Amino acid sequence: MNPLQAIGRVFLKFLATTGRLMTFMALGISHAVRPPFYPRIILRQMIDIGYYSLPVVGLTAVFAGMVLALQSYTGFSRFSAEGAIANVVVLSITRELGPVLAGLMVAGRIGASLAAEIGTMRVTEQIDALTTLSTNPMKYLVAPRLIAGIAMFPLLVLVADVIGVFGGYLVAVYKLGFNPANYLQNTWDFLTAEDVNSGLVKAAVFGFIVTLMGCYHGYNSKGGAQGVGAATTNAVVSACILILCSDYILTEMFFAK
Amino acid sequence: MSDQPNNQPKIQLRDVAKSFGRKVVLDGVDLDVGVGESVVIIGGSGTGKSVTLKSILGLLTPDRGSIKVDGEEVVGMSTSDREEVNHKFGMLFQGAALFDSLPVWENVSFGLLAQKRCVHTEAKDIAIQKLAMVGMDADVADLMPAELSGGMQKRVGLARAIAADPEIIFFDEPTTGLDPIMADVINDLIVKVTREVGATALSITHDMASARKIANRIAMLYEGKIIWQGPVDDIDTSGNAHVDQFIHGRAEGPIQMAVRA
Repeated sequence: MNPLQAIGRVFLKFLATTGRLMTFMALGISHAVRPPFYPRIILRQMIDIGYYSLPVVGLTAVFAGMVLALQSYTGFSRFSAEGAIANVVVLSITRELGPVLAGLMVAGRIGASLAAEIGTMRVTEQIDALTTLSTNPMKYLVAPRLIAGIAMFPLLVLVADVIGVFGGYLVAVYKLGFNPANYLQNTWDFLTAEDVNSGLVKAAVFGFIVTLMGCYHGYNSKGGAQGVGAATTNAVVSACILILCSDYILTEMFFAK
Repeated sequence: MSDQPNNQPKIQLRDVAKSFGRKVVLDGVDLDVGVGESVVIIGGSGTGKSVTLKSILGLLTPDRGSIKVDGEEVVGMSTSDREEVNHKFGMLFQGAALFDSLPVWENVSFGLLAQKRCVHTEAKDIAIQKLAMVGMDADVADLMPAELSGGMQKRVGLARAIAADPEIIFFDEPTTGLDPIMADVINDLIVKVTREVGATALSITHDMASARKIANRIAMLYEGKIIWQGPVDDIDTSGNAHVDQFIHGRAEGPIQMAVRA
């Protein structure tokens, strides 16, 4: 086969997929902002996404904060700049590691389960059944999950911020011998509202990405168990990649001067 | 078409065609289903029976042709109008397609709640009534679909399909995957509930025993077209070699199975 043909085919397929995804996204958003809403389903999804992700996010955050304190100590002690550790920990956690690590962990948890659940509903015709029962599947399945994702991710990240800073504090005070009061004072002095807010905005965007990818790949899965498996993988991988890409873009928007 | 509503078919398909890529599945299907009639479409696997059904339901959009429900063109309809038309429909899916996250009674009352035709507090009582219509006890109402056998799931699916008193009920391979006795139970139930609800029925199947039992009229789909249709009593004297081969289940004949897809 002509190699140019192959390249062209891949490119066209990419454009078609992007177009489908954008249409799906627009449809999902338009259903998320228009009544009727399904409060029971939104609540259930919020509990699933928010509450049940707490252990995973908490563990990730505490270890991220601990490692951060330890690593910055090894670096900064060479320049006798140990005082900056509190600063490094709190800024890295609130601006980057909180949202990104929580986003990636929850992408694995929620992206996969959404894709598998909706994908199974697709291949067992449950989505078609919704349509025949006067229920729009975009409104019933996709919109509540998008709403729950956008609402719960910032809350999760807020928790991750606190736990991450606490992890750094544990290492600094109990292992590196910092004065607890001074450490907290340093943490507080350097922190601005913008640091936390930018992290929360990122979190909302990541929540949207994770739930959108889970729903999109699940909704469009075909061909039985194998198709659902592929949808699950695609949902997680694409969510992770999009999280990292959009993280850069958002950082550029917030902090590039 | 006639202006008199009495002669107007409930469902009318004209020249409906649908292809997937290069594969032509429907190639100009013409079919009328009269009010209160029970029509069964028979045909081998992959002849487009499901595609026909999904086109009428609006789950697939045909490439060309017209589909009218009560004289109203539904191809190319807006989503909100489409939802109105879908209020007239009930459907029993091949695998029952029960919502596995909801208990049986919520499955059965799902359409009624979605159409806001009952409030949440009375939904369970209504669901139990509908379950009784398909011969099921009230105690299954609280079970989850995964706890039911295939035949029981089919019955719950049937109860769900008739719950909103549809004008038209679609049956997608209602007896597939059931043992012969349960298949006959389901066939009897289909005949009974369709009569009780007073609905028009359109079914697809390749089970001839089922087709003979539930049909007033049979249409055979082959290579994307209706090649024969007539009253159920004429099926043995159709004079059509394709139909004869199909109803007797012979490998030899004008229909050649593609062994390789």
